[in-house]
Amino acid sequence: MNLILSRPNISISSLYVWQRHRDVFFKIWKTESLGIGLEPWIVILAMGFGLGQFVTLDSGEKYVQFLAPGLMAMFPMFAAIFECGWGAFMRISMHGTYEAILNTPASIEDITTGDILWGTTRATLNATYILIVLLILNHWTDAVNSPYAIGIVFVAILQGFLFSSIAIAFAALARAMSHFGYLFNIIVMPMFWLSGGFFPINELPEWAQNIAWFLPLIHSVELNRALLNGNLTLNMIGDFFWLAIVAIAFYAIALVLMRRRLIV
Amino acid sequence: MNIAINASNLSKHFGNIVAVDNINFSVHRGECFGLLGPNGAGKSSTIRMITCSSPLTSGQLIVHGLNVNNEQRSIKSHIGIVPQNDNLDPDLPVKQNLEVYARYYGLNKQLIRRRVEEQLEIFELSDRANSPIHSLSGGMRRRLLIARALLHNPSILILDEPTVGLDPQARHIVWQQLRQLTKNGVTQVLTTHYMDEAEQLCDRIIVINHGKILAKAKPQELIQQYVGNNVLEIQNFSNGIELLKRSLDFTIEYEIFGDKTNIYASDDNLLTISAKIKISNKSNLRKANLEDVFLRLTGRRLVE
Repeated sequence: MNLILSRPNISISSLYVWQRHRDVFFKIWKTESLGIGLEPWIVILAMGFGLGQFVTLDSGEKYVQFLAPGLMAMFPMFAAIFECGWGAFMRISMHGTYEAILNTPASIEDITTGDILWGTTRATLNATYILIVLLILNHWTDAVNSPYAIGIVFVAILQGFLFSSIAIAFAALARAMSHFGYLFNIIVMPMFWLSGGFFPINELPEWAQNIAWFLPLIHSVELNRALLNGNLTLNMIGDFFWLAIVAIAFYAIALVLMRRRLIV
Repeated sequence: MNIAINASNLSKHFGNIVAVDNINFSVHRGECFGLLGPNGAGKSSTIRMITCSSPLTSGQLIVHGLNVNNEQRSIKSHIGIVPQNDNLDPDLPVKQNLEVYARYYGLNKQLIRRRVEEQLEIFELSDRANSPIHSLSGGMRRRLLIARALLHNPSILILDEPTVGLDPQARHIVWQQLRQLTKNGVTQVLTTHYMDEAEQLCDRIIVINHGKILAKAKPQELIQQYVGNNVLEIQNFSNGIELLKRSLDFTIEYEIFGDKTNIYASDDNLLTISAKIKISNKSNLRKANLEDVFLRLTGRRLVE
């Protein structure tokens, strides 16, 4: 118990762990990037323009305009969760990568933190890329309407850290690959559909709206929406703080669960 | 500082299971120290405490003059670890496996490049520098694991079953490299249940079972003490042993392993017995080895 509650032991080694992930990414990005690169184009075309033809919104905006802030929250979330969920699980349970790193001066907290920082990086790259795609298509989408849109990168960092922490906390608990079904179906998918990214949630029953506001993803969508439209409000402070509080809480939980998992 | 590792009253419990039971030993600088014992004897638990990956239940453990309870980073920077399971990074090729690993020790780029080249050279892996890990043979992987453990020039090298699963040729290559390390003054601690490996490599060994140390000495001393010079091995003799005992004017010690009976006695007495055994029993008078010691000490019951 003392070990679990002891002060986190974080050092420069977490950067070395991050660098390991970066090096692996540079190794594989050529094969992976085609899929990742095409994804937002396809989604914007299919959902924004295809589905968008059949959707009329009360606000009068185009559906692709409504969808854009959600994409920049949801795809980075998936990036972080894949990297720190499945990825970390394989490194812990199947490849022994964590065990190998723990034999060097790196601590459990360093490894956890390095992984979370890498998940954050992937999420941020992902959001930035979608922003670029939207800028390229902006003539048709009118999705990016303010220079404040650059702030989306910072939202991505914050939520990347948050979702990476959630995923790694789960990876520390999971005992089999199949357990990730719980993470996906009980946490990620409901959050995804209740985020207000695909459809406005104000038509939903009140209980569903209450749950939605409690979940973090909707707050990144709201922040992105305000930044894309240059429509800054005081609500953003609340969104920001909620994301930050949940991020810090799950980071702490991730550290504790990883210690519990790896110290025998 | 002539002591590399010192364990006093060291214990490790997992719930009610006592994996390591109040043991004392010390490893001298520059020696190759062997931890022998059957599966589940407590070898790996002891190793895991030395490598700071498992907290002690009680006792004291000093590695490289530092206490494992509170100087883990420092200790880990002075020891190199060759794990029992292959945990090379499957996402990176050979050379990059080493480069990335050396970085965890905070070495600078130039030094990393130099050390990686050196290690690839020493362990004869230079021509496989860009190969993916999965394309290497078992022996190559093992060598790469040892090379990786030596990147930061550790003063103590810990090897957990260093040649498990290797073919004889690959084992001999690994042994040769480990002996070279001993010549270079690297302290080694190895666990094994290959007795020939322990005889080949270790200056001193401890035999542990059920978490307790059963014997502690040089391999030859252990053989002398527990077995003697020679052993007489007889096939299908378990029914004849009583008859044999009555026909002798001296006492003998023996052990029955299934269809094989081992008789331990002085050389002269063994010759006397040998003459009495029928040819059909297929007896074999051979030199005693560490395996005999091991079986005598740990019993022949199958340990799982």
